[in-house]
Amino acid sequence: MPVPDQNEFFIDPNRCIGCQSCVQACSECDTHRGFSMIHLEYVDRAHSVQTVPVVCMHCDSPTCAEVCPADAIKKTGDGVVQTARKPRCIACNNCVLACPFGVPKMKTDFKLMMKCDMCYDRTSAGLRPMCATVCPSQALFFGTREQVESLRPRSTATNRFQFGAQTITTKVNMMTPRAGQAEYIDVTAAMNERSTGKQRSLNVLLDAMYQEEQ
Amino acid sequence: MAIDDQRVFTPGNRQPADQPRWRQDFPIAWPQDHFVSRRDFTRFMVLTSLAFVVGQFWILARNFLRRRRGELPLLRIATVDQLPVGGARSFAYPAAPDSCVLVRPNENTFVAFSQKCTHLSCAVVPRPERNCFQCPCHEGFFDLTSGEPLSGPPRRPLPRINLEIRDGVIYASGVEEATI
Repeated sequence: MPVPDQNEFFIDPNRCIGCQSCVQACSECDTHRGFSMIHLEYVDRAHSVQTVPVVCMHCDSPTCAEVCPADAIKKTGDGVVQTARKPRCIACNNCVLACPFGVPKMKTDFKLMMKCDMCYDRTSAGLRPMCATVCPSQALFFGTREQVESLRPRSTATNRFQFGAQTITTKVNMMTPRAGQAEYIDVTAAMNERSTGKQRSLNVLLDAMYQEEQ
Repeated sequence: MAIDDQRVFTPGNRQPADQPRWRQDFPIAWPQDHFVSRRDFTRFMVLTSLAFVVGQFWILARNFLRRRRGELPLLRIATVDQLPVGGARSFAYPAAPDSCVLVRPNENTFVAFSQKCTHLSCAVVPRPERNCFQCPCHEGFFDLTSGEPLSGPPRRPLPRINLEIRDGVIYASGVEEATI
């Protein structure tokens, strides 16, 4: 059974509080018990506590599948990129290196690449993925587009990404500020900029103090 | 739910026509990939072997039922005087479509066999002067008195018709289907 088309995945990194609930919930899934397929990344560990959950974006043209020499990574008709087929995967790590989002995980113990498959066992049965069910701030949201638009009026969903010269469109959406009107999200932009996280957070605090004084 | 199982995923945002030819053999789309899982293969093997086993038992059962069908009726073919030495006479036994042939190779011997060649069921022709039956389709030869295959494609002997001679009259009394 395929994943219903009206149900979409929305990631809102602004809302992530780094609680690790999604990581724990992911590792409780029966299809890969004990191994979490989700990445909870620190944006700039030295200066900020901001975290970003990274699930598979399910690219329309999956780079991992394109670079797979063993023809092991397949995409189902509903647009979900599946974990590598066990009999085919040769554990060469090509997909791990190629993925613009760094999603695939190589399990050398199993000689198998495993990745987020949007909890295919759950979503194909009409349920939400494990991570979206437990996320307390709903940084990981799974539902219809109407729902997310009414819940997040100040954000808009985008699914266009730029990775170097490669333009990527994905099944999973990223929430961006509506005011910004981003045409696309540059995946590697943060690598080229010096972090300003500390200054900003201090500014926020100072502003708040200043307002209270007034 | 508008799920298209025939959806084609084209790497690099290129049209399907611009893709290299090998992409057709190694598609990214799951439905187009003729992937046979180990479980499917095992299931196929188990079910096929099971079918073979059932088939063997079916053959055994058919054999058993044929033996139990009872004796075939007597059929008067000819009198001894009607058939000269080296002569042959065709008849149908046990039913109309089963054509058989009665041969008298010498004075005291009468033999009868089904005319169906055991290769591809052509009608065999008795050749008493050469002491054999000849199948003209693929040049198969059978021994005239035993029905054993002599040369050519047939590997099994002709079914023998049991004969009884009572008061100078030859009767067919049964069919002996040798399988080896």
